[in-house]
Amino acid sequence: MHKVWVIARKEWSEVFRNRLVLFTVALLPAILTALPLAILVGIGRQGFGDAIATGDMPESFLQVCGGLALEDCTAYFLVSQFLLLFLLMPLAIPVTIASYSIVGEKVTRTLEPLLATPVSTLQLLGGKGLAAVAPAVVVTWACFAVFNIGVRFLAPPQVAAKVADPMWLLAIFVVGPLLALAAVCVAVMVSSRTSEPRVAEQVSMLVMLPLMFVLMGQVAGLILLNTEMVAYIAIGLAVVDAGLMAFAVNLFQRESILTRWH
Amino acid sequence: MIETRNLTRRFGTVLAVDRLTLTVRPGEIFGFLGPNGAGKTTTIRMLAALIEPTSGEATVAGCRLGKDDNRLRRQVGFLTETPGLYDRLTTEANLAYFAHLYDVEDVHGRVEHYLKWLGLWDRRAEPAGALSKGMRQKLAIARALLHDPPVVFLDEPTSALDPEAAHLVREFIGELRREGRTIVLCTHNLDEADRLCDRVAVFRQRLLALDAPAELRRQLFGRKVVFHLKELKPEHSRALQAFPFVSGVQTVDRRLLATVQDPERQNPVLVRSLVEAGAEIQFVGELRQTLEDVYLRLMKGEVGAKHSPATPGSTEPLPNASPLREKGQ
Repeated sequence: MHKVWVIARKEWSEVFRNRLVLFTVALLPAILTALPLAILVGIGRQGFGDAIATGDMPESFLQVCGGLALEDCTAYFLVSQFLLLFLLMPLAIPVTIASYSIVGEKVTRTLEPLLATPVSTLQLLGGKGLAAVAPAVVVTWACFAVFNIGVRFLAPPQVAAKVADPMWLLAIFVVGPLLALAAVCVAVMVSSRTSEPRVAEQVSMLVMLPLMFVLMGQVAGLILLNTEMVAYIAIGLAVVDAGLMAFAVNLFQRESILTRWH
Repeated sequence: MIETRNLTRRFGTVLAVDRLTLTVRPGEIFGFLGPNGAGKTTTIRMLAALIEPTSGEATVAGCRLGKDDNRLRRQVGFLTETPGLYDRLTTEANLAYFAHLYDVEDVHGRVEHYLKWLGLWDRRAEPAGALSKGMRQKLAIARALLHDPPVVFLDEPTSALDPEAAHLVREFIGELRREGRTIVLCTHNLDEADRLCDRVAVFRQRLLALDAPAELRRQLFGRKVVFHLKELKPEHSRALQAFPFVSGVQTVDRRLLATVQDPERQNPVLVRSLVEAGAEIQFVGELRQTLEDVYLRLMKGEVGAKHSPATPGSTEPLPNASPLREKGQ
């Protein structure tokens, strides 16, 4: 564990001195947090009832609203679209960090001396994974906290209360980290097969596609996210993550990476 | 300190290293010489437990390759062809990171020791990317020594360095020798190998020769004595050819070149014979064959086996008979 922590600390000192990475990691969460709040400010000025027509909301969404009035339910429908934006962060941030931290070792030719040390593949990937997952999770949670505070000021109180319900908390605090872990595993796999950080980053970003489908499905009313479904997603992700981790470690062949990358 | 037996490595159909068998003694600087693609880097990567051999076996500092690779990695320091430093990290952070990975007990003390040794203590807070090439290479060598390994592998330590930086690094390697470490040096720089190495292995996939540079020169070329004469006549040449211990005589301008095995004992006889034949000797010197001459000969396949003696009666041309390479007697 000591070496995992040593590697993660080094990654943070190294990666966050890379302006491109820092910019990507800071900009996306800032936009994804500011945008919903700005929309809420705009809608709040008009009044939620006037801004959103009840007809814009899929009928099935009423089940999610529970005891909310129709107008509040419509407002909550709008706010709930933002939840998925908060799940984009734990996917995008670790991909950027992991791509630069793994393929970056190739570019700077630092991987060989690193592999010459008594560090196991698991410790190496564990350190790099931690370095990518932890900032993503912390940033997502921090942005969610900021969003939550903003919603309390900008949305009706009943709607604000729904943002902190079990479904949201499960999504942000359980699904978010699991998504981040999946993203890192994908980035490790892609990085093991490419020699350019940007290529690794762009290919790994494909991991966001399933979430985009969920987002579109929810807007179209095809998918109805509720606590039960999010719980199932979390369980499914945990299983997928376990498989991805095993596959990523297996794919990270120290020897072939060394001989292919030189 | 290092023993390999039939160490072989294939990459698909490509044979990178072919049945390499050798021994590196404790405390010596051992050179691996060979052209690009000869398998030098592959060999030291195998010996540093970075890649696995296809067949054969090796022991490094008492650790069997493939049996306890993590223990083996603690016994060796490895300098890669490029320094491989984290340019954005400070010089201190670069060393501290690896000291932690090697489980060095007193990380701060060890890092301070090496930074002071390198004269970099005052620049410890500067990013490694700000250092000169020579200093970067020295920092990379220091990184390989942090865990105090008895065996150090140096892959092309002076390649891409200017002469001054290369000199700095060579001095540093000399200091490592004085510390009693066993050093394995891969290099294209034959002059460097000649000056630094106690023994060299010349190979191209398989071992072509292995010995001390001076011994290889002697075995492949014998020792050549140059007689500068005021005037060169045919009888002078015949006077030398009359001796059975003279394996070859060549003439270039007013110089006679005699190949002998033991010049210290045989030169007085030759000088006396030349004087009796009427020669006026102005100067006697020894033609120094360089390790490059040895290397090129081996690479051209003129001598296939290791420890090959010089061909008796050789009529080879005077190899780049520059007066600068003559050693006066």
